[in-house]
Amino acid sequence: VSLPAAQLSQARCGSRYGRYGRETLHAEWTKLRTLASTGWLLLAAVALTIAVSAAADAAATCPSGGCQVDAAKLSLSGVQAGQAMVAVIAVLAISNEYSTGMIRVTLTAMPRRLTVLAAKAALVAGLVLAAGAVAVLASVLAGRLILPGHGFTPAHGYPPLSLGHGPLLRAACGSVLYLVLVALLSLGAAAAVREPAVAIGLVLGLLYAFPVVTSVVGDQHWQRHLEQIGPMTAGLYIQATVGVHALPLAPWQGLGVLALWAAGALILGGLVLRFRDA
Amino acid sequence: MSTVTPYRSPARPGRDGFGPLLHAEWTKFRTVRGWVIGMIIAVVVTAGLGVFVAKASASPSCSAHSSSGGSGPVQHGAACGQPVYPVGPGGEPVQDEFYFVRQPLAGNGGITVRVTSLTVLTDAGPGPGPARRPILVPWSKAGIIIKAGTGPGSAYAAMMATGGHGVRMQWNYTQDTPGLPGTVSAASPRWLRLTRDGDTITGYDSADAAHWTRVGTVALPGLPSTVQAGLFVTSPPHSVYTSSLGSGTGSTNPTQSTAVFDRVSRTGTWPASAWTGDYVGAGGLGGEGNGYQQVASRFTVTGSGDIAPLIAGPLNDGPNITIRDYLLGTFAGLIAVAVVATMFMTAEYRRGLIRTTLAASPNRGRVLAAKAIVIGSVAFVAGLAAAAGAVIIGKDVAHSFALFPEPWPTELRIIAGTAALAAVVAVLTLAIATMVRRSATAILIVIVAVVIPDVLSAPPGIPAGVTDWLLRITPAAALALQQPAPQYYQVQANYMPSSGFYPLAPWTGFAVLCGWTALALVLAAYLLRRRDA
Repeated sequence: VSLPAAQLSQARCGSRYGRYGRETLHAEWTKLRTLASTGWLLLAAVALTIAVSAAADAAATCPSGGCQVDAAKLSLSGVQAGQAMVAVIAVLAISNEYSTGMIRVTLTAMPRRLTVLAAKAALVAGLVLAAGAVAVLASVLAGRLILPGHGFTPAHGYPPLSLGHGPLLRAACGSVLYLVLVALLSLGAAAAVREPAVAIGLVLGLLYAFPVVTSVVGDQHWQRHLEQIGPMTAGLYIQATVGVHALPLAPWQGLGVLALWAAGALILGGLVLRFRDA
Repeated sequence: MSTVTPYRSPARPGRDGFGPLLHAEWTKFRTVRGWVIGMIIAVVVTAGLGVFVAKASASPSCSAHSSSGGSGPVQHGAACGQPVYPVGPGGEPVQDEFYFVRQPLAGNGGITVRVTSLTVLTDAGPGPGPARRPILVPWSKAGIIIKAGTGPGSAYAAMMATGGHGVRMQWNYTQDTPGLPGTVSAASPRWLRLTRDGDTITGYDSADAAHWTRVGTVALPGLPSTVQAGLFVTSPPHSVYTSSLGSGTGSTNPTQSTAVFDRVSRTGTWPASAWTGDYVGAGGLGGEGNGYQQVASRFTVTGSGDIAPLIAGPLNDGPNITIRDYLLGTFAGLIAVAVVATMFMTAEYRRGLIRTTLAASPNRGRVLAAKAIVIGSVAFVAGLAAAAGAVIIGKDVAHSFALFPEPWPTELRIIAGTAALAAVVAVLTLAIATMVRRSATAILIVIVAVVIPDVLSAPPGIPAGVTDWLLRITPAAALALQQPAPQYYQVQANYMPSSGFYPLAPWTGFAVLCGWTALALVLAAYLLRRRDA
């Protein structure tokens, strides 16, 4: 049985595309996997998240008169510090290649630049997803163990944290996704500016600027708008389990704002990568 | 045969001094466009965020009103319906409200009195039972006072019994010194005495009127010859603060104190006329129930308010905005400064220039010193420009109606301190970059150590217990340089890092940063010498 030549070439071409993507992914995975810093940074991200969450749990108290604290948000507050490490992991995935000149080898071997960026994004997202899941689960566990000793008891209206509780499950899964989106935002920014120090400064400045500014701005109108557009402030709405209706945005909408930031950064990074000499 | 003269370069041999090395490093900095732009970005971002905050914190109706003004010296505060704060002798805004049973005292003299009881009542809230219940307010005050006049904010010195801190002598709002401990009751009364001699006022206390102890002698410069002296009672609100995730929440209930005085005796020139009772401050309108009763030589005085410095920040009774709020862009500026300082060193390694640098100047410690001086000076200038710009422009756009008035030394310390902070952070970053050589690692360490502890103290941050601890030991402690006002132990208020009350005193916090920087510099110099470039 013989296929017409055109059909044959089409089939080959299709399989070649698939193989090309797989090979790019494999090459990127090898690079990322064999860097000692990747493992250390992932470990640091997990450790920092858990440590800050546990410290926050230990520092909080709920007096007998009751309190307004959102226990789920409290037990996940390490994400605010852990995201810095996650941003660094993502920035280094691309900036390191510019620092060492490796990017020229990479782009010679795999000339489809957007495929390279997509492969990097997929791998970084996967790694952060795994590390984030570990960090968030451990943080929730730490909250479950520590919080009852600080007055967060059923008598004060705080049942033990359990992932069977819908809002907490949403907060936990959302926090993992939050970290993934921060990683993608950082990757896009790094592809655009290339220099690792500048990219890290830019991303962390962008993330932390909004909570700092909104904490001081007195005008309610401005405060609300700033919280709605800030990648960190809006993204962390996903952690709220108390007073959700009073938030300027619904939790998933807030995560959507961060997703828009990440998409914008990736598009910008992709354009720069595609149209500028390496 | 002719002799061959060996070739000698016509260039004069370079001097092996520190000056040329500094010049070389300055040339390197100046000629890299990205670094100069980075420093300019640091200035623009810091000042820009400050101006944005000033603009966004000025409520629109107020700025419209004051910009349309021109009808003479209108006080912005009054025009915007904001309270105008009395200012104490030290230049700080104060609260000066109390019930005063007074007589004028001409020239030198003194007053002695016995306090036999001090009780405080607060609203009991909804529910059955009496409308008011007794409560312990540690800083409720009852005693005697000598005051320059009845105008709010005027100089004074007072001896008082307090609800929970024994006898105190306080003067000019911010000063406090302890006397006899213990609470006052009919069984254990407290005798208080104040004497005036020119500008000097001395306070004494006693448990039995036989054995007197001098509590303090204070000078009140410029005290007029005739002063107002007498009995006073005041009672700050009862406040409960709970800090949750960086933002404080709290409840504040007004209280009213009643004290019983007897055995009033006076020395010096007093008029024979009767005592006058009035409420000082708040336009003379105190709460309902303030007043006094005199039965023979026994006085029962009821008052509320406080004689104390105002505390800025959310949940407190002072002005909400301080010039520190105009400097909240500091964190972003520090990130930019740290990025430039990192690259000032790591670029040498990345481009291989370090080998040329060290060949030209083999004394490696000197190279590090020259780099530190250059980047530190540049960062200082940038920090000074950013801080001064943010404060000056911020004050201008906000029309300063709700701004916490700062005495000028504090304002100078905040602005110069911000510049010093930028300079030392730049040097710290340079040292860390020398140690780790990789820009990503260096910038990460600096951001985690300097910026994140401060950022986490802002909502939706983490509990104050953690940030308090971080702001003591990390280099971020130096942000205390921006603390707008001291934390007064004798005033109960909501002291949060997010409203500018840091756990360490300004210069102690700066010393923590300097300690870390010195350590990093020593390590960096050691590693630079011991490792091949």
